[in-house]
Amino acid sequence: MAKETQRQSKVGMPVAFVRREEAPLLPPPPSQAGLIGWLYKNIFASMSDFGSIGAAVKSVLMAGLTVILLYFLATQFYGLLDFALFSAVWSDPDGVKREACWTVEQGGALPAGWHAACWPYIAAKAKFIFYGAYPEDQLWRVNFAYVVGAVMLVWVMIERLPYRKPVGLLLLTAYPVLATVLLTGGGFGLSATTVGIYTILGLAAITFGRLGKLGRITGPLADLAQIAGVAGWVLIFLAAILVLVGVDFNLPAVDTRDWGGLLITLVVAITGIVASLPLGIVLALGRRSEMPVARFLSTVFIEFWRGVPLITVLFMASVMLPLFMPEGVNFDMLLRALIGVTLFSAAYMAEVVRGGLQAIDKGQYEGADAVGLSYWQSMRLVILPQALTHVIPGIVNTFIGLFKDTALVSIVGIFDLLGAAQSTLADPAWSTPVQGITGYLVVGMLFFIFCFGMSRYSMYMERKLSRGHKR
Amino acid sequence: MAQAQQKTDRQADDATVVSMTGVNKWFGQFHVLRDINLTVQKGERIVICGPSGSGKSTLIRCLNRLERHQDGEIRVHGIELNNDVKNIEEIRREVGMVFQHFNLFPHLSILENCMLAPVWVRKMPKAEAEEIAMHFLDRVKIPEQAHKYPGQLSGGQQQRVAIARALCMQPQLMLFDEPTSALDPEMIKEVLDTMVELAESGMTMLCVTHEMGFARKVANRVIFMDEGQIVEQNEPEAFFNNPQSDRTKLFLSQILGH
Repeated sequence: MAKETQRQSKVGMPVAFVRREEAPLLPPPPSQAGLIGWLYKNIFASMSDFGSIGAAVKSVLMAGLTVILLYFLATQFYGLLDFALFSAVWSDPDGVKREACWTVEQGGALPAGWHAACWPYIAAKAKFIFYGAYPEDQLWRVNFAYVVGAVMLVWVMIERLPYRKPVGLLLLTAYPVLATVLLTGGGFGLSATTVGIYTILGLAAITFGRLGKLGRITGPLADLAQIAGVAGWVLIFLAAILVLVGVDFNLPAVDTRDWGGLLITLVVAITGIVASLPLGIVLALGRRSEMPVARFLSTVFIEFWRGVPLITVLFMASVMLPLFMPEGVNFDMLLRALIGVTLFSAAYMAEVVRGGLQAIDKGQYEGADAVGLSYWQSMRLVILPQALTHVIPGIVNTFIGLFKDTALVSIVGIFDLLGAAQSTLADPAWSTPVQGITGYLVVGMLFFIFCFGMSRYSMYMERKLSRGHKR
Repeated sequence: MAQAQQKTDRQADDATVVSMTGVNKWFGQFHVLRDINLTVQKGERIVICGPSGSGKSTLIRCLNRLERHQDGEIRVHGIELNNDVKNIEEIRREVGMVFQHFNLFPHLSILENCMLAPVWVRKMPKAEAEEIAMHFLDRVKIPEQAHKYPGQLSGGQQQRVAIARALCMQPQLMLFDEPTSALDPEMIKEVLDTMVELAESGMTMLCVTHEMGFARKVANRVIFMDEGQIVEQNEPEAFFNNPQSDRTKLFLSQILGH
């Protein structure tokens, strides 16, 4: 201590200091703010240090590399634009089909060496690429289902609109029924007995549940009554669905074998996405449960479905499953694929959600317990909102993976977007060297639009949900 | 439900809030609580102190089943704590807890933190829950922060919110688990002031804390724990001025020595 004082006094620095006036608050230098700041931080920061020879060499190299990369990007991007837009053939006014996209060497009118998109081919095949073999005069049903779904989805996503919750609820309950009826034609002619049994069972379960609530049922049966109360409503709901899809709306039936193209991709992906998230959440909770049976079953389910390739699942569903079924029982092929895809991605989803649950501080569970919330309340109100927010990137990752994996259903004879586009390539009437590239370009663009859309929306959600409670 | 209500009513005029008889608890091989016998009367303010690892936090965490005891009997408001989820939920409704690390819900605003349990557990209408929440936020002197999120508040403010959140359930008993240990020195006072005020209002309190000034000021009884046992308990004056056990003397000399 004494040494320190000596040293300071030797240098002549005063030890005591009292600030008499406030240090002024200054605006940041231009390299920190505004457009210049942005450019500096994001582009020029690595190439503007000329303090030493080494730094100067690095700066120059960086600048050179940037220019080269920009040039490379620009030419590639121009090449793509040129292929898809500038040099492309846009119409086939004479109705000559493939010859519209032939060069002089091939017998057409286009200059030699021409290589660009052939859009008339896409126009001619658009119906098949988007709807498969769905009957032409019934397409309005698909489009109507699209429009209703899109309007409801957008409604739920825009925060300023009123009634978002009821619309969301309808989107998850009534809309699937509506879409099923519209797309298949409904009128499944399910027996009145089935509906009757569901209704009676449902009413009985609800009554049992009510009795439990009123305290008429005690002991171990009380918990059962609580579950029965919920199950009863589910049964009634199922009965209502059965009635709705059973009613004959006078729509011609369209077999799912005639569905195809983007329609199949959307049906499989959306069903998979909507069903796999709740299923995954339940499985994740099950795997972390303190009840050994729930934990064991969830773990077995997850490990089984994660350990099998999706292709195997689809093959099993299409080839093996019918062998185990009794004679005459026949599941719809698309339904089988849907179930396979859903269970498969639910297993992945479960692990993503479990990661989020793992990241929640033990104090949050204790805080929720201490104020008296029940297990399900604390999960729904405290734990899951935080856990799911943490893993939005992982969830959307699984969604996007699922969306693209739908292309695999084409190996069991279901024509999804990719499968449908591929099958149009076999048409000799449009056979040209650029046919394949044009087709795949369209498929790629469509996949990209949906996946990129999901990605952007998830980033928006992340920003929105992290607002206010950053730690 | 009706039965449960009766049970609570019957206990309301009974003066015993907590009774622990021969309670033992182990973490694996480690015997954390050894033969704990403790009775808490309505309106009592008890401070539990002791070296770290002595089991004092575990003791109060057993009272609302954040930890389960393996042996002995614990009754809170006459309801026995056992594996029956109904009993546990009933007890948790009547017992508020404040944690060392606040454990506020970061995704909910201050007001929502306070309203959550009354709305979902007590099934209170939202307007009423909000009124009660604002009343208690007012009492801990931060009504103006109601619409902020926990992450935007200082540690002391967060802890006061945590106290308000627990009070919104209008509990019969408040447990404090080292409420000031995670706070900066300049924020400890504001939390202690809130706790003193609460004590003066007649709340039954069980506080695990190292704040001996608080113990002297408001406690009826100070309990000293070591190695999982209650070593000594007495009125604060006698406890601090005339400790009987050597372990208590050593502990007091260590924490009051500097």
